[in-house]
Amino acid sequence: MLRQVHSPRVDAVMAAERAATFTKRSIKKSSKMAGLRLALSTLDLTTLEGKDTPEKVRALCVKAVNPGTGQSDLPDNLPSVAAVCVYPSMVKFCKETLSELGALGRVKIASVATGFPSGQYPLDVRLEDTKKAIRDGADEIDMVINRGAFLSGKYDVVADEIRDVKATCLREGPAVGRPIALKVILETGELETLDNVRRASDLAIVAMEEAKRDAAERDGETERRRDGVKAKENGSANGTHAALSDPRSLDASMPRCLPTFDFIKTSTGKVTPAATMPVTLVMLEAVRDWYLQTGQLVGVKPAGGIRTAKQSLHYLVMVKETLGSLPAVGTSVDDQHPGGWLTPELWRFGASALANDILRQISWLHTGKYRAQYDVTEA
Amino acid sequence: MTTADTNAPSLSSAPTSAAKPAKPSKPGWDYSPAPETVKVDIASTYGLFIDGKFQTPRNAERFATLNPATEETLSEVTQASDADVDRAVKAAHAALPKWAGLPAIERAKYIFRIARRIQERGRELAVLETLDSGKPIKESRDVDIPLVAAHFFYHAGWADKLEYASGKASRHQGIKASSGKKLLPEVAPGVRPVGVCGQVIPWNFPLLMAAWKIAPALACGNTVVLKPAETTPLTALRLAEIFEEIGLPPGVVNIITGDGRTGKALVEHPLVDKVAFTGSTEVGKRIAKATAGPRPDGKFKRLTLELGGKSPHIIFEDAAIDQAVEGIINGIYFNQGEVCCAGSRLFVQESIVEEVTKKLEIRLASLRVGDPMDKNTDVGAVNSKEQLNRIEHYLSLGEKEGATLRRANASTLPKKGYWCRPCFFTGVQPSHTIAREEIFGPVLSVLTFRTPEEAVSRANNTAYGLAAGIWTEKGSKMLSIAKQIKSGVVWCNTYNKFDPTSPFGGFKESGFGREGGVQGLKAYLEV
Repeated sequence: MLRQVHSPRVDAVMAAERAATFTKRSIKKSSKMAGLRLALSTLDLTTLEGKDTPEKVRALCVKAVNPGTGQSDLPDNLPSVAAVCVYPSMVKFCKETLSELGALGRVKIASVATGFPSGQYPLDVRLEDTKKAIRDGADEIDMVINRGAFLSGKYDVVADEIRDVKATCLREGPAVGRPIALKVILETGELETLDNVRRASDLAIVAMEEAKRDAAERDGETERRRDGVKAKENGSANGTHAALSDPRSLDASMPRCLPTFDFIKTSTGKVTPAATMPVTLVMLEAVRDWYLQTGQLVGVKPAGGIRTAKQSLHYLVMVKETLGSLPAVGTSVDDQHPGGWLTPELWRFGASALANDILRQISWLHTGKYRAQYDVTEA
Repeated sequence: MTTADTNAPSLSSAPTSAAKPAKPSKPGWDYSPAPETVKVDIASTYGLFIDGKFQTPRNAERFATLNPATEETLSEVTQASDADVDRAVKAAHAALPKWAGLPAIERAKYIFRIARRIQERGRELAVLETLDSGKPIKESRDVDIPLVAAHFFYHAGWADKLEYASGKASRHQGIKASSGKKLLPEVAPGVRPVGVCGQVIPWNFPLLMAAWKIAPALACGNTVVLKPAETTPLTALRLAEIFEEIGLPPGVVNIITGDGRTGKALVEHPLVDKVAFTGSTEVGKRIAKATAGPRPDGKFKRLTLELGGKSPHIIFEDAAIDQAVEGIINGIYFNQGEVCCAGSRLFVQESIVEEVTKKLEIRLASLRVGDPMDKNTDVGAVNSKEQLNRIEHYLSLGEKEGATLRRANASTLPKKGYWCRPCFFTGVQPSHTIAREEIFGPVLSVLTFRTPEEAVSRANNTAYGLAAGIWTEKGSKMLSIAKQIKSGVVWCNTYNKFDPTSPFGGFKESGFGREGGVQGLKAYLEV
């Protein structure tokens, strides 16, 4: 069946103009400090290099849990970053290090998968890649879409593959006892136009939702069958999915039992341009429209190219002014998210160099002095 | 440092209170106040700028100019009497032959110097503009003042190229005297200045309107008597200081302050050759009457009028809706809606009216209304008590006539000052007063249409014709609709774009004559 995509068109000139207005806000003093802390807490601290080693990844994890370690010029209650983001082969080292630090589950492990960054591998390999990463300890999967299929108009292929990966996450999650979030990387630098960005966003959001619906239906059937057979045996049999979809029923030993939301993500970081403000704006608008239509929350993750604290504040301004006023007009985002999308559950920065620039700025706000680059610890 | 408890993200703790738990405040993240810190000196009183110097007439009547955001008096300015107007016009008249006779390149240098000085003193002018008018500093800093400088730069370039503006680039011919009086010198082959220009400008873009009027007049070799609006005279007076600074010859530009009486004396003065007015249609009609007959010397007064508007914004179902909503917001809430070309009538194709309304509400809620001196303010104070009353009158009239007022914005407003939260009406019918009369405030009327033909006929169903906006991603439709709209400006997939190279002006009761571009020079030239 050929998939029809009816996405709104995007005017690139006006979108760029709107995006530029977010850079004009004056963020100073306490709002700057709060913004920088927020940026830090929503960071996916990333290393995605061919030369990554277990030791490099351990350093990354230590930094992720305590970004201010060993630096007296920083306030001592800095938040951890949201997640570390690594290649699948590095996931197990993240798990080791984070559990040593007692931060497993609090700092999430995000793994790129599905033949990152090109995605040019057979589907079964990509799905296996996903499964392996989850079994090794990944909480979040950053998948790449099939850009070749997208650009040749085979939207059904793109959507089906996203659905398959999401279905893998939904199947594997219960097996490892934690919900798995999926981030769909659109690689907007290769899609080029904002019309394409919007279309791919809508496609990804709908495909993930379809996978969830399919899984729920399958569960329903299994349950009905099981209920039929074992009704007398065990009255309180709960489907694992049901348990996982209600965060409050999760195992109490898990430190932060927040619901997991799926994301759409701009880039792999391997293609230029990576994240830009107009692209991210269009994705935020897609997420907002989905929310207005269905009441469902989807997160957004710009990745690549965001290197400075100032840039990160510009992005936060954009999130605030694009999605922040939703509660104000009576469409209240659920109680868990009084600040709208400004939470690690719904917003992430994918970056590696950003963390240290944020720390330098925080240090400056805290002490009134600028630190040299070598004063900030490397990850 | 421990890893267990202290790592919970605590987002709102400032550096000073890092140890204390963050106090419960509004959820999410908000901007701290970001006040513009540049201070400007404002004299307690101002005289009139006549013949190159500030003069204070004896026994002069004075009036206060207020900061509309605080209701505090900023300064007291002089009410120019008929005698003062007469002196100013005579000074302009006396300066005329020499100014018009300057080599074009010399005139250009003066105008160029004005532009440079405006840039150099840009921040000061922006702050003063915001204090006197109530518009947000963001706009005076990023829109008004840069455009002011751009207008002077652009017209400095025209001064020695006027034969290209007049269409006389290749043939030299004299013009016949109509009165037997000595002719003004030619500023280009076959091209002469009009003479003394009496210019009366409004309070919504005080310095920008002064630039629109003064720059082309000077480039074409005319001299000027300018009267700024009584609520916003301070930046025009500061511009007079710049004229002094750069050594503009005395009498070339005279700036006199006062209310409608001063304006009346100026436009009716027999030595004024050309009147340029920007303001309300009502006053424009009175000026048209007053300047209609011949002067004592038999010559006619030239006139250009840039008046009110009720500009339509048409959004089709195939528009890029999120960007169109941005354009609508910018079109009506820019400068508190106190813009003659504000897109105050929104026509939405019926199939998308729900979506557009919802998105307007969401976007409206994110606008920051309040202290105009805060760099993050989007909508500032209404210019005067009188104007606020007028807006409120229309708000209650709109509800009385059956439209639904949607106030999605909940900004906390300061206690003093003149404030109107941006809002819009839905369920507006073409016959409602709020869909017909110019409100000149942050109030949008949302109407609907079903077909392109209906969009055009509804958009044109107005006494005005200043500007229009069209939103569609379909090029052929855009071009065909743009041709059918009766207005001086049609913006396609954008709005409120101003540029000195592009002519601006109206159809019907929005006035006549154009300002800006080569077309704008025609009003200041005898060819």
